[in-house]
Amino acid sequence: MRKILVYALMIFLSAMFIMPFYWTFMTAVKSIPELYQFPPAFWPEEFLWENFSKAWLKQPFDIYLKNSVTVVVISTFGQLFSCSLVAFGFARFDFKGRDAIFVLLLATMMIPWDVKMIPLYMEFNWLGWINTLKPLIVPSFFADAFFVFLLRQYIMTVPKEIDEAARMDGANNWQLYWRIHLPLMMPALILVGTFHFMNAWNDYLGPLIYLNDQSKYTLTLGLSMFKGLHEADITSIAAITVILVIPPLILFFFAQKYIMDGSVGSSVKG
Amino acid sequence: MVTQNENIAKRRFRDKVSPYLFISPWIFGFLFFTLGPLVFSLIMSFYDWPVVGERTFVGLDNYKIMLTQDPLFWDSLWVTVKFGLFFVPFNITLGLLLAVLLNQKLAASGVFRTIFYLPSVISGVALVTIWGWIYSHEYGLLNFFLSMVGVEGPNWLGDPSWSLLAIVVTSLWGLGGTMLILLTGLQAIPKELYEAAKISGVPAWARLLHVTIPMLSPMLLFTLITSIISAFQQLTLALLLTGGGPLESTYFFAMYIYDNAFKHFEMGFAAANSWVMFLIILVLSMLVLKSSSAWVYYEGEMKSDKGDDDA
Repeated sequence: MRKILVYALMIFLSAMFIMPFYWTFMTAVKSIPELYQFPPAFWPEEFLWENFSKAWLKQPFDIYLKNSVTVVVISTFGQLFSCSLVAFGFARFDFKGRDAIFVLLLATMMIPWDVKMIPLYMEFNWLGWINTLKPLIVPSFFADAFFVFLLRQYIMTVPKEIDEAARMDGANNWQLYWRIHLPLMMPALILVGTFHFMNAWNDYLGPLIYLNDQSKYTLTLGLSMFKGLHEADITSIAAITVILVIPPLILFFFAQKYIMDGSVGSSVKG
Repeated sequence: MVTQNENIAKRRFRDKVSPYLFISPWIFGFLFFTLGPLVFSLIMSFYDWPVVGERTFVGLDNYKIMLTQDPLFWDSLWVTVKFGLFFVPFNITLGLLLAVLLNQKLAASGVFRTIFYLPSVISGVALVTIWGWIYSHEYGLLNFFLSMVGVEGPNWLGDPSWSLLAIVVTSLWGLGGTMLILLTGLQAIPKELYEAAKISGVPAWARLLHVTIPMLSPMLLFTLITSIISAFQQLTLALLLTGGGPLESTYFFAMYIYDNAFKHFEMGFAAANSWVMFLIILVLSMLVLKSSSAWVYYEGEMKSDKGDDDA
């Protein structure tokens, strides 16, 4: 009896979480009259797949997509490389000031983005980076604190004997990082890569502040601008929303087991 | 002989220096994208500083004007606090509820977990678009469901008495992260504790209160602090869902900062605003941390083997 109640509750809650997705998708493939029908049409009479291609052509969405992909691909690479280097440094060397620096690194996670937003804008303005993709790409080559923390926790679980064996075989620091630890870190790197991909792909405030020209827009910014201009064109907005949501969802399904195995949670305890 | 000595010296130098080389990306990033901007922002806050044009030193005027002459400062702060008072407790209790449900031995609990986490992987822009339609006064899904049970739904986003609540609900849709952290915590609680409690005849609600919550308290502390921080930084939802309206009922503090900086181009004033936000967050976090010794329970081993991560 209790089991049944729990299941009923879970199914009800799941429906609440899924309904908005379902509704958006159905809105994207509906015909115009169905949009304003009452009671609402939960299953369109006919799936108008061409709504997607029609919507896509209403603005230079392929340029926005290209910009998004550029930012995401390069910055993910930058994040993976820089964070793994730094995490390896913290996890495997004993150097002067290490613990103090690490505490400082953790402390930076507490700094609200709003405080950095204004001076960073000025900084990028001086550098002449406003209205380019650089502010969205370059900082990711300088190791995000949270990702460093995750990777460092992961490296700490690798037995030190592996390092000693590699050193006996004549590996230097770089080789130890590149040949031994980087491959061992793979599950944690997938986790970091997935998180960063989602952050970068979904980012709205960064592009909003740093980009002015339509030709530089990313997909999120493009969609929000499109929405502002064509508020009544609901099917097109829904279609672009579906397209915007699909890549992170797909990535999430593939990376699920790395996200769900608890490395996120277990690294925060204590 | 000489070359060998040189080699040793070289190696020593390398072992001394190379750790710093490994962490140098973060060091440079810290200097250029964190410390530098922070110092710069603090300096800016004492200036009247437009994006282009002359800047003038004004001392504490920005802070004085904000605190004494700008009602929007207090109003937006109050909106943010109200939002936080709803968002933080609901985010944690609902996250905990979902985590507890998922932690039951259910078939397909993996599927449910995935479903609950889905909203957390999509962009705020998509989130806002989707919820904008759900809240729509005339053909919104929410009001349709309400009409089925005979209730006439309000104009959620257009009515100042409902708009903030609408934003709270939308933001709660993304509680997957909190849920996941708490679920990991639950899974780490030793089963023996529950069994012992069960054998002693402790009822389920008391097990939750006296076993689960204390054992989970370090995680609850973490989610409490991160929820407070994210409540204070809430910007995207208000910016895109309501634009701060109606009647400034959803004009968040972060939006006040954003507008001062990028609409009115008063960079110095906005920098001063952001420092006030920073201080508030800092003080709140400190208070929570201070209070935590009274309610957070650390298992001995947990504390000792992770001792250096405490900050």
